[in-house]
Amino acid sequence: MKPHTDILVIDDEQVILDAVTKICTSEGYRVVTSLDAESAVPLLDQQSFGVILCDVMMPGMDGFSFLKIALGKAPETPVIMATGFSTVENAVQSLTVGATDYIPKPFTFDELKSAIQRAVRFRRIREEQSRIVSGTMDDGTLVVPCPPKYRRLGHSSWVCLQNDGTALVGVTHLFVRTIEQPTGVETVNPDGEIIQGTVCAQIQTFDGLLHPVLSPISGRVVDVNSELKTFPAIIEKDPYFAGWLYRAIPTDVEYELARLQPCGSDPLT
Amino acid sequence: MIRRIGVRLILVVGITAIVIIGIIAFFNIRALNASLSAEVERHANQLTETVKHSTRLDMLRNERERIQETISAIGMQSGIGEVRVLNKEGKVMFSSVATDVGTVLPKEVANCRACHASTPPLQHLAIDQRTRLLQPAEGTDRYLAVINPIYNETSCSSADCHVHPADVKVLGVLDVTMPLHEVDRQIRDRVLEMLLFAAGAFVALSLIISFFVQRWVARPVAELVKGTQQVADGNLSYHISREGNDELGHLGRSFNNMTAKLSEARMQLFQSDKLASLGRLAAGVAHEINNPLTGVLTYSSFLLKRTQHQPELQEDLKVIVRETIRSREIVKSLLDFARQTVPKKTEALINDIIDRATTVVSNQLTIRHVELVKKIDPQLPPVTVDANQIQQVFVNLIVNAIDAMPQEGGRITIGSSMLKLSPQGTAHVKKAACSKRHALIDPAVKINGLSSIRVKVRAGDEEGILHLDPLYGRHQHMTSIPLSAGQEMAVQCPECGVSLMDTQVRCPKCAAATFWIEVAGQGKWESCSRFGCDWQRWESVERDGVREYAEITVSDTGCGISREELPKIFEPFFSTKGQKGTGLGLSVIWGIVDNHNGTITVESEPKKGTTFRIRLPLQQPR
Repeated sequence: MKPHTDILVIDDEQVILDAVTKICTSEGYRVVTSLDAESAVPLLDQQSFGVILCDVMMPGMDGFSFLKIALGKAPETPVIMATGFSTVENAVQSLTVGATDYIPKPFTFDELKSAIQRAVRFRRIREEQSRIVSGTMDDGTLVVPCPPKYRRLGHSSWVCLQNDGTALVGVTHLFVRTIEQPTGVETVNPDGEIIQGTVCAQIQTFDGLLHPVLSPISGRVVDVNSELKTFPAIIEKDPYFAGWLYRAIPTDVEYELARLQPCGSDPLT
Repeated sequence: MIRRIGVRLILVVGITAIVIIGIIAFFNIRALNASLSAEVERHANQLTETVKHSTRLDMLRNERERIQETISAIGMQSGIGEVRVLNKEGKVMFSSVATDVGTVLPKEVANCRACHASTPPLQHLAIDQRTRLLQPAEGTDRYLAVINPIYNETSCSSADCHVHPADVKVLGVLDVTMPLHEVDRQIRDRVLEMLLFAAGAFVALSLIISFFVQRWVARPVAELVKGTQQVADGNLSYHISREGNDELGHLGRSFNNMTAKLSEARMQLFQSDKLASLGRLAAGVAHEINNPLTGVLTYSSFLLKRTQHQPELQEDLKVIVRETIRSREIVKSLLDFARQTVPKKTEALINDIIDRATTVVSNQLTIRHVELVKKIDPQLPPVTVDANQIQQVFVNLIVNAIDAMPQEGGRITIGSSMLKLSPQGTAHVKKAACSKRHALIDPAVKINGLSSIRVKVRAGDEEGILHLDPLYGRHQHMTSIPLSAGQEMAVQCPECGVSLMDTQVRCPKCAAATFWIEVAGQGKWESCSRFGCDWQRWESVERDGVREYAEITVSDTGCGISREELPKIFEPFFSTKGQKGTGLGLSVIWGIVDNHNGTITVESEPKKGTTFRIRLPLQQPR
């Protein structure tokens, strides 16, 4: 299934392009590279890419401008943003503008591999979804969108404010579907702190990869779902209720919620 | 010249004094004049009576020679001008001035007018009408002229000499003039005296005023002017030494207070500026280093995958990958420091971390001939910490200690122990808010290194900002308005003005009203509103009771830190190592320890050594 996936990689450093090319080729993808965003724009018209990996901080056109152009020209192509200047703002902005994923540099082989894998699956699931909607496929693999009163960070995590002032945090069904077969969840300890836009949990999958979950809010963790240890697949079975990850006391609710998107704004999440 | 306060004061006081002296002198001289004149008048009247009586018998006997002789003798006396006797026609019958005898005075002469101004002439003259003040010409001596009428008597008309007709009432007058130059001289003397006195008083007042103005006004003002110039030139540590209790003393104190505040504000500004540039630096460094690190990490992890069947390569590549990931974490922590994020805490044994830290620096210890002594408590329970960060703290402290050692080496002692401390004096408020959720923590004003709690207070007519000491149970508050002990304050949120007073709870110590603030996740922090009362209650930390801490001390026998430098050592970019250091070490350490809800303190004696004391709570607060 992989050989037909072309990946467009944009970074202003040749060494990174080379390294990413090596990793992706070894995984069976075809890679097209560009040293700047301006010259990458016409490539979008020439061919369809399976995944785009784009640096945020580049001379000339920056990653966010390119992301907007790419979303206009090829809305079906998932874009992964990568940056060496990994701030919370960059992460949150990338995901709210429309990137499917965000990986901070430097990354390892496995981190890149898992991100690209999730993006490829993301694209496939979305295509399937549109076929289900149009009736050309049965709905056996339908993605469950998150409930309307939840808010989400990109397509990966959700937060739901509770009446007691705490907030529940979890992963979206779409995210679980992109990682496939979770076998374990690494969480922070109760009393630990989670920060919006940074990794708050890692989900281990059958293939040995670790998939980072970016936290939708910042706060102090008061409780971790104990069922994750005994039955990790709960996040796939019931991602929005029984499969929650954390109960946390948010530190800056209003500001952070404003940066998230409401659930139901996308048919998938 | 006239604009100077001293001169103006001298003029005002001097003129006032002169006016007062002038008024006193006027009345004084008038009284003197009156009393002296009265004395002369009395004397003159007495004299005329004496002349009348002493010549009476001679008159009756008509012994003109003797009368003339008597009058001449009287006229010789000092203080008497002319004595003469005139008959009804104005002819001088007798006179002390011999040449006058026989002359006839016209009736218009001042002496005669008293009676002859009216027709018929008065026949009787009251005592007070007998005297006249005469001044022949301007600038000459004044005279007092006394006329005493000589009345007809029975013995006169019946005398056998030359009988005066019995029906004539007045036979003639006795006219005596007395010069007043003695009186005038006394008055002139008195006037002169008064003038001299006024001039003397003016000079004396001027001297006294200028002396005290110089002492009380000019010198303090000059010092204040010098101080303001120094401040204008940027010397904010200028201190005015003269602090009296007068207004200028208050001004001086207020000036000192202002410069201290300014200096503090400048420090804070400087500090936040440094932190801001540190943040920019960290961000820049992160971006610049992360790109090359991406190359290393991707290639090495790629190679690791490619060489899965070559175990001899695998081991080495794993080291590269591991160390690159470590570099990534270091860069991230640099960003984290700029962002002040939280550490990744797990349960770890402090003693293990100390061992790892000492292994890292073991080479340096050998090279610099430094002996390392460990005095650890093997029973120390695990602590919830970010082991990497805490290791970094220990490594930095040991490296600092090594750098402080003299050439011939020295000794570093690392100790670990457990201690129990009550929340008073250890717990501190990190996040506080009013009931409307306005943040009250003010990082711009620090009290012993901790960001203070900023509230608005009103006491009496004064309103101002109070910076509360965030350390529970310590009371080093700072206030912008003068508050005296025992004064009750009304406490408000400085943002929205909502009252922080608690109407339900009274202070159990002094029954004054109390106020409270909300500490994020740690309940209410209550305090007495009476300034100076030390009642505070923080139930959520009190509930935990006495808490256990792991205490780690790092002592060295190095060069020590001077008293001036000691308060600055935890500031970013403060370095005693010159080009060798970045000045970030201790500020990073402080940030890490603070993020672990711990405290770090330092004691040092120059040339003897330094001890850093870190206390980490065994349980993180809930």
